[in-house]
Amino acid sequence: MTTCLSTSSAFPVKLILLSAGIFLSLFFLVPLLLVFGVSLASRGMYGGIAWIATWENYQRLLDPLVGTIFLRSFLFAGLTTIVCVVVGFPLAYCMARASRQWQLLLLTLVMIPFWTNFLVRTYAWVLIFRADGILNTFLMRLGLLEEPLSLLFTDVSVFVGLVYGYLPFMVLPLVVAIERISPQLEEAAFDLYASMGAMFRHVLLPLSKPGFIAGGVLVFIPSLGAFITPYLLGGGQKMMLGTLIQQEFLVSRDWPFGSALSFGLMGTVLLLWFLLGRTSYGRNSS
Amino acid sequence: MKRIPTSFLLNSMMVMLFLYLPVVILIGMSFNASTMGIAWKGFTVQWYQKLVMDPSILDATLNSVFIACVSTGLALILGVGTAIGLEKNQGMQMPWVNMVMVLPLVIPEILLGVALLMVFVLCRIPLGFGTIIIGHMVFNLPLTVVIVRARLRKLDPAWEDAARDLGATPWNVLTRITLPMLRPAIWGAALLGFTVSLDDFVVTFFVAGPGSTTLPLKVFSMIKTGITPEINALSAVMVVVSMICVGLSWLFQQRSTVGSSESTLS
Repeated sequence: MTTCLSTSSAFPVKLILLSAGIFLSLFFLVPLLLVFGVSLASRGMYGGIAWIATWENYQRLLDPLVGTIFLRSFLFAGLTTIVCVVVGFPLAYCMARASRQWQLLLLTLVMIPFWTNFLVRTYAWVLIFRADGILNTFLMRLGLLEEPLSLLFTDVSVFVGLVYGYLPFMVLPLVVAIERISPQLEEAAFDLYASMGAMFRHVLLPLSKPGFIAGGVLVFIPSLGAFITPYLLGGGQKMMLGTLIQQEFLVSRDWPFGSALSFGLMGTVLLLWFLLGRTSYGRNSS
Repeated sequence: MKRIPTSFLLNSMMVMLFLYLPVVILIGMSFNASTMGIAWKGFTVQWYQKLVMDPSILDATLNSVFIACVSTGLALILGVGTAIGLEKNQGMQMPWVNMVMVLPLVIPEILLGVALLMVFVLCRIPLGFGTIIIGHMVFNLPLTVVIVRARLRKLDPAWEDAARDLGATPWNVLTRITLPMLRPAIWGAALLGFTVSLDDFVVTFFVAGPGSTTLPLKVFSMIKTGITPEINALSAVMVVVSMICVGLSWLFQQRSTVGSSESTLS
């Protein structure tokens, strides 16, 4: 009697489970499949879709102009990931080894920007980088500059915006990974006369690998598909994949080509998640 | 206390400064009387007064709150049920189910935006409140499931077993044992979902129609037409509101870990 009851859950739960499945299939899986389908179709006369199968959209990905944007996106995403590792690791280490109250405080401080409006946080950098913005005014007051530098709509502004936006994604998995490393291992290294640098190289860094991988993917993927940052801080000059996709869909209205771009991005993302899933970190915690 | 290198502490302080300085500058500028540039021309709240007077901003706020309430509410109903169903039925613990449940949170948002836009347009579903709510549910639902499942795993099954041994029906177990014990996690998920929906720009940008402008869309269009002190004031309000919501959600989730030995990091 009891076993029968414990295996069958309450009726509404099953119904809800089913409806959630249907909902996500309809509005998540089907749309993604549709992107793939449309990427193989042709462009219609007035910006619509003509259902004629073609590889042309994928061939256009090899266009040098598109190639430049792909390359820039990968370069920026890669560079952002590296800088986030370098900048985030010391903070993550301090957080992992801090006392419980400090850890909670620091975690909250890192989490808050993570959930705060991304658009507004990026806009704050517009105020800083503008020709008459904070940075230029400050540098001119100090007498370091004669006339304002054009900082907005450059590689630098996009790059700083990306690091600013995604740094918390790197710090949190690193904290989890470092916390799992017993401090006794560090002490053992020191007892065996390792220098600080040697301890990091041979003990801490190799053991934090799962954190690097998870954080790396969590920073790389949204950077690669970023839209707000390159739009607000890069303008039309420094396009990335996200801004190009938006332009194809809403400005040029070339949906098949936009779909091919989206599917290219999607494929990269899925490949990265697949690779992450094969590491131990992906298996232990989702 | 283990020794932490001084350079690490200094670096950490710099990172915190880097994370918070832009937001502090933004809030500071929203009280600056100067209309042009950043030179400090005195303290004023006139930009905030202007915001309150602007009917289009009031409209956008109401739209945002309405969409956030509906999408969070629906996501909560579906999400809590899904989390319970997935945890209790071991047979449904298939890797692909878990995958589909987190995928919307880990792909670039723009993909979700364009994919939904195409579905809606091809199915001739008019863009507006309905499409925005659906779009927000696609990420709110997995968010709720992740948070509630994390809590469910930490619950001691002995409570439910005890209730069953005492003759409680599955419905009784659900409503009198499981759901009350999940309450902090449910509140946490609700607040977080509400904040994420309120803040969402990218998905909304693609699936919004005429007359369904949300607050982030309004800010975006204001930035495009030219930078004014009102944007600073509006941005400052939005930052503070989401900070309060996240803080509350954090508190609820902290409370839900009381009694369990593990610390929660995400």
